[in-house]
Amino acid sequence: MADTSTTGRRLSRPAFRRAADRVVTQLIGLSGIAAIVILAAITVFLVINSSRALREVGLWNMVSGTDWFPTSEHAKFGFLPAEVGSLWVTAVAMVLCIPVGVAAAIYISEFAGRRTKEVTKSIIEFMAAVPSVVLALLGIALLAPHVREWFNLDTGLTAFTAGIVVGAMALPTIITISEDALHAVPKDLRTGSLALGNTQWQTVYKVVLPSASSGIFAAVMLGLGRAIGETMVVLILAGNSGIIPDTALVSARTMPGTIAGEMAEVVQGGLHYSVLFAMGLVLFTVTFAINLAADIVLERQRKKWRR
Amino acid sequence: MKASTARVKRARAIESVAKTITGLAAFLVVGLVLFVIGYIVYRGAGSISWEFLTQPPRKNMTAGGIWPAIWGTMLLTFWTAAFSLPIGVMAGIYLAEYAPRGTFTRVVRLSIANMAGVPSIVYGLFGLSLFVLTFGFGRSVIAGALTLACLTLPVIITSTEEALRQVPKDLRQASLALGASRLRTIVRVVLPAAAPGIVTGSILGLSRAAGETAPILVTAVAFYAPIPSTVFGETMALPYHLYIMATQAVKPAPHIVWGTALVLVAGVGIINVAAATWRSRQRSKIRW
Amino acid sequence: MVTAPATTTGMFDLHDVSVTYGSETAVAGVNMHIPPQAVTALIGPSGCGKSTLLRCLNRMNDELGNVKVGGRILLDGVEVNDRSVDPVELRMRVGQVFQKPNPFPFSIYDNVAYGPRTHGVRSRAALDGLVEDSLKRAALWNEVKDSLKKHAFELSGGQQQRLCIARALATAPEVLLMDEPASALDPISTQQIEDTIAELKRTVTIVIVTHNMQQAARISDQTAFMLRESMERPAQLVEVGDTRLMFTNPSDKRTESYITGRFG
Repeated sequence: MADTSTTGRRLSRPAFRRAADRVVTQLIGLSGIAAIVILAAITVFLVINSSRALREVGLWNMVSGTDWFPTSEHAKFGFLPAEVGSLWVTAVAMVLCIPVGVAAAIYISEFAGRRTKEVTKSIIEFMAAVPSVVLALLGIALLAPHVREWFNLDTGLTAFTAGIVVGAMALPTIITISEDALHAVPKDLRTGSLALGNTQWQTVYKVVLPSASSGIFAAVMLGLGRAIGETMVVLILAGNSGIIPDTALVSARTMPGTIAGEMAEVVQGGLHYSVLFAMGLVLFTVTFAINLAADIVLERQRKKWRR
Repeated sequence: MKASTARVKRARAIESVAKTITGLAAFLVVGLVLFVIGYIVYRGAGSISWEFLTQPPRKNMTAGGIWPAIWGTMLLTFWTAAFSLPIGVMAGIYLAEYAPRGTFTRVVRLSIANMAGVPSIVYGLFGLSLFVLTFGFGRSVIAGALTLACLTLPVIITSTEEALRQVPKDLRQASLALGASRLRTIVRVVLPAAAPGIVTGSILGLSRAAGETAPILVTAVAFYAPIPSTVFGETMALPYHLYIMATQAVKPAPHIVWGTALVLVAGVGIINVAAATWRSRQRSKIRW
Repeated sequence: MVTAPATTTGMFDLHDVSVTYGSETAVAGVNMHIPPQAVTALIGPSGCGKSTLLRCLNRMNDELGNVKVGGRILLDGVEVNDRSVDPVELRMRVGQVFQKPNPFPFSIYDNVAYGPRTHGVRSRAALDGLVEDSLKRAALWNEVKDSLKKHAFELSGGQQQRLCIARALATAPEVLLMDEPASALDPISTQQIEDTIAELKRTVTIVIVTHNMQQAARISDQTAFMLRESMERPAQLVEVGDTRLMFTNPSDKRTESYITGRFG
């Protein structure tokens, strides 16, 4: 820069460049709040669209109503069949995937060799990418006929059937996040315990698991949120009947399944349409609360181990 | 001494039982994934042909191919990327490079984490009311892509932030000390260094969006539609095609169902594996 | 910023400089003159605020947040902490080389060209000239002239550090700050860096932080000794003066003890 040694030129940075800098920086700041804006917009649009249902039917009447006859002459918009159905599906899913998921996470984090660990993790990660509609298809082809046979039912499309597949779908979430939580436990704690003459397993359940318990709890909660919100599997596999199911082994409707199944066929702006949005609002509120709880727990845990 | 030996023996026995049980659980999950993939390949492979991949359906959906659905899914995914990448990457930059520590940033983070857990059908309702009706796009590629973009956003933001945080502080300082502005430092030095992580994370998020059915159910898809000429047209899409063919087809055509499933899984799978491989190769090239 | 007389560019005057992190004052009461086209070494035990003081000179402390710099720091008579001074412009005049080699993950050429490009040099010919010139001044040209497209990470540690020096030189700074530039290197590379510094001081003012006293004695014209006597009190400048004098006949007892290796 032989000819630029006079300080004067080099001290004037082009003003437009500084302005461009500022504009892009502001855009970045704006994008930063995109998530808040979208979440707020989701809430607002769900409320606006369900306002007719809230006015004409009433929130309590929907949430506690026992009959779902949306298209009959004296239409009834009770959510209970869908709520209880969702509950059954979720319960079956969680009973299956919590023990399997946490156990698998323990194995991957604590016992598996480096190579096994890598391979297993990437295979499980791939599971998360398999579209739910594909798993639902497998459910119809392979699971439903067996469920019908095993329990001697009229149909294989039950809350139980859907629950098994939903449980499989929640597995990657539970395993990955539990594994992270276990992995975050400092090595010193493990070596400390081993040095006291504990076996690896004693170390795991006396030291590692208690230390990671909040993270595992969060993993379970996130898996739960995933399970409640899972749509295609329950739409295809749960059977969508109108009754309030008293066991898992009957055909049941669920909240996401009801919305997805009926939304395409309703009159836009009609009462049924608005009621489906209200159901969406209930579903959104439930999953929001569950996720928030999990995220707060996870955040605390992250702080705890920050050195 | 004798008692303690017995205790150690017992502890060892329990340990091996625990290892076996947890190992079985992991094996079960891995086996399940491999079985799913294997079964789909087994059932679907016979349907794959040049015609199947390149022709539209014929004879009331019982013959012909699924090209419009393949194209529709590619179109949806492309536009989803076009909408979500710029905003997601910028938001990731904000969190990694600009966000001050404090309550506000905490709320932003919680929102992003929470967005990732919103049920896909709720995104569908949101897209229907905002993009389809309020914006007046109707059921269209653009409405579906915008909806999928909302759903993909948290994945892109999170992976961008993580990738940026892995770039050493030294590099930022070197650039700043050369008189580069903060923004230039980010764009010219930090982003290129973080690119492998960002690209891979985004691709994984987008491939998941490509397999979603519920959000596009009410915002974009039709049972049968020709290839849309603009983004404002309805489209077919692989996951929806699979759903319809598997559950509501007038005449069952299992070979089309399993063929579609295979194409969908193979597409998502190839993209995933390619992205992961590329990332690990880039990582081994650049070591901090 | 007003232009200073061209003959004395690259001269610092520090008056009662202090640095405060949050509520903790790390450095206080530093008064010194940094002469142009000479090497000034900052020595002292670790944690004595040498690097902190160094970062004041190109305002890199700004980037840490929550840092307050007090007193006056004049570069050729102009206060660098003045509102009218853009830190970005200051850093073009005051370059920095860091403790660990930190080349960008680009080619050798792009590393050196980064600074000039940042400041608007676009022409290929001008960039080529600058890259060659800077690499020559950093004594790296002969080793890399045939492989300018090679990734910077393929260079050895010592080469990487000289690349970082070349990168800093490419914006034609009047002052070069070096924060223990050889501490991560082997003896041979250290020797090369020291040779480079000796060559550079004819054109550039150099301020170097080092905890290696032999190095300070070998390469510097002026030495400043800093010390933080307790964690309750901020670090201070104990003594500053001609290097030869200071190493043969220090005026302060504490300097003498440090130089003779009694603490630190």
